[in-house]
Amino acid sequence: MSEAITQPVPESPEEKTAGPWREAWNGFRKSKAALFGAAIVLMFVLLAFAGPLIAPEGINEQDMSKRLMAPSAEHWFGTDDFGRDILSRVIHGARISLWVGFFSVIGSVIVGSLLGIIAGYYGRWVDTIISRLFDIMLAFPSILLAIAIVSVLGPSLQNALIAIAVINIPNFGRLIRSRVLSIKQDEYITAAKGIGMKDSRILFSHILPNSMAPVIVQGTLAVATAILEAAALGFLGLGAQAPAPEWGKMLSDARNYLRDAPWTMIFPGLAIMLTVLGFNLMGDGLRDALDPKMKS
Amino acid sequence: MKEPLLKVEGLKKHFPVKKGALGRVKGHVKAVDGVSFDVMTGETLGIVGESGCGKSTTGRLLMRLLEPTEGKVIFDGRELTALGGDEMRKMRRDIQMVFQDPYASLNPRHTIGKILEEPLLVHGVKDPKERKRKVREFLEIVGLSGYHATRYPHQFSGGQRQRIGIARALMTNPKLIIADEPVSALDVSIQSQVLNLMQDLQREFGLTYIFISHDLSVVRHISDRVAVMYLGRIVEIAESDRLYGMPLHPYTQALLSAVPVPDPGFVREQIVLEGDIPSPADPPPGCPFHSRCPFRMDVCKSNVPSLAEQETGHSVACHLYTEEARGDDNKTLVTEGSL
Repeated sequence: MSEAITQPVPESPEEKTAGPWREAWNGFRKSKAALFGAAIVLMFVLLAFAGPLIAPEGINEQDMSKRLMAPSAEHWFGTDDFGRDILSRVIHGARISLWVGFFSVIGSVIVGSLLGIIAGYYGRWVDTIISRLFDIMLAFPSILLAIAIVSVLGPSLQNALIAIAVINIPNFGRLIRSRVLSIKQDEYITAAKGIGMKDSRILFSHILPNSMAPVIVQGTLAVATAILEAAALGFLGLGAQAPAPEWGKMLSDARNYLRDAPWTMIFPGLAIMLTVLGFNLMGDGLRDALDPKMKS
Repeated sequence: MKEPLLKVEGLKKHFPVKKGALGRVKGHVKAVDGVSFDVMTGETLGIVGESGCGKSTTGRLLMRLLEPTEGKVIFDGRELTALGGDEMRKMRRDIQMVFQDPYASLNPRHTIGKILEEPLLVHGVKDPKERKRKVREFLEIVGLSGYHATRYPHQFSGGQRQRIGIARALMTNPKLIIADEPVSALDVSIQSQVLNLMQDLQREFGLTYIFISHDLSVVRHISDRVAVMYLGRIVEIAESDRLYGMPLHPYTQALLSAVPVPDPGFVREQIVLEGDIPSPADPPPGCPFHSRCPFRMDVCKSNVPSLAEQETGHSVACHLYTEEARGDDNKTLVTEGSL
């Protein structure tokens, strides 16, 4: 009997097997744009970690004799209205923006996944309540909701982070809920129940890992949006407070000198654009690598 | 007489049909409508029927993957339908299921080793070495190799995956395995391999099978007894040879007349049923089959025939064989039918 079995698989026991995640990485590697995006992100991450070592000056070293100086060999990005080195501030700003981006998204992913998975798995009235809650939150323009939350909590970087996390919860919640709804129909979930597995184990060992792919994609893209939102709140004076070198706040401070010293605005603006671009390219690459598959 | 391993009494599953924004119940789909049968230890009971006749639902009700609307399932002297959640979970090690679609029934993100280990983990085999050893052992029992444990499901062919599905069902040393169309997704050449494997395993481990399929030849090959389902009810149940040799119910006769015979010279009159299978949401009154039955009588339109034993071990639900209709010419007509 056993001779007749075809063996399309792996011929030697030693051969390494490619798991689903590894295959996704192989797909990701093939996309130049995605790698470029990942490189940008990596660069900003390095800047964020090594900022103080790289930056030529501290963030608050004022020198009133050098106000609004154009970019030069001494100050590559020029100086701002307090004579602070813009390059140094942009480098330090990477830490703030990435911090807000990552942690707000992690917050929304955790809370959103939990709510989404509960709504999707248990259904019925639990689902109705959670889903309607999401609908209500999504009915507000997100930045308005963020402004409202910050006004309640008081303007600070930390509260901006919380606000951004909160407004993104329904996006992740819905995403996970829809994935759970489709996955819980799959036969391997029925099989898991048939084995006698507990609900909690089914949820966390089977359903959750299988719903993660779109969340990773959405999460990467959401970091970009979160950075933009943080910058917007900073610009409005509701996020990071002076003298923190937050990019949005820098833009807002620079707007008075737009005509005479455009570099005060260009460089923080470019930094925002580049990070967002990096995360978006990376997210797109991840989507191509993770989404169309679930190869059977 | 020996006690049956599994006893099913009046099992029913009605799915509510909801309509409108408020979700008012507008009726019920009677997927399974009063099914009773026994399964003895060590035998294979085949359940056949068209798609939508409720055979898969029956399988899932037996395992309580669906909650029955009514009826009892008694397994090994314990009433499954009365057990609480935790007790039921513990009982599951004795009843396992093999699924139809070998592509969907294995978690694509888990390795084969992990998939096979899970039943052991759930049922309290704490020692990881012991689990690994059993995984290898059972992989070899189903005709794969121990090193396959590190592979992922998508790296296997359909037949191999079904072997993995069978291995998973065996991990907990169950007494009863419910196989829901285990070979219908496979190529014919692979089908026989998997069927033979299942028969070998039955001998080796003393398993009892409930084998659900729409394929009459497959069911005949593997089953000791066969139950024929139509529209949520069992219309005939008998030993396999008897049922295939002398079917009593007009529906069984029609079904069997559709099985191809491997003899080009063989000419047989096919019984072609008129009309479609009625919707289980709106089954005809009386005998569910009367709308398509070539031998229908007036009594069929009003009274539901109950499953009654005609000869030892051969029961049929048909008015042709009930007291009031006996003596009717129809009976001879049927038993001397064209089979």
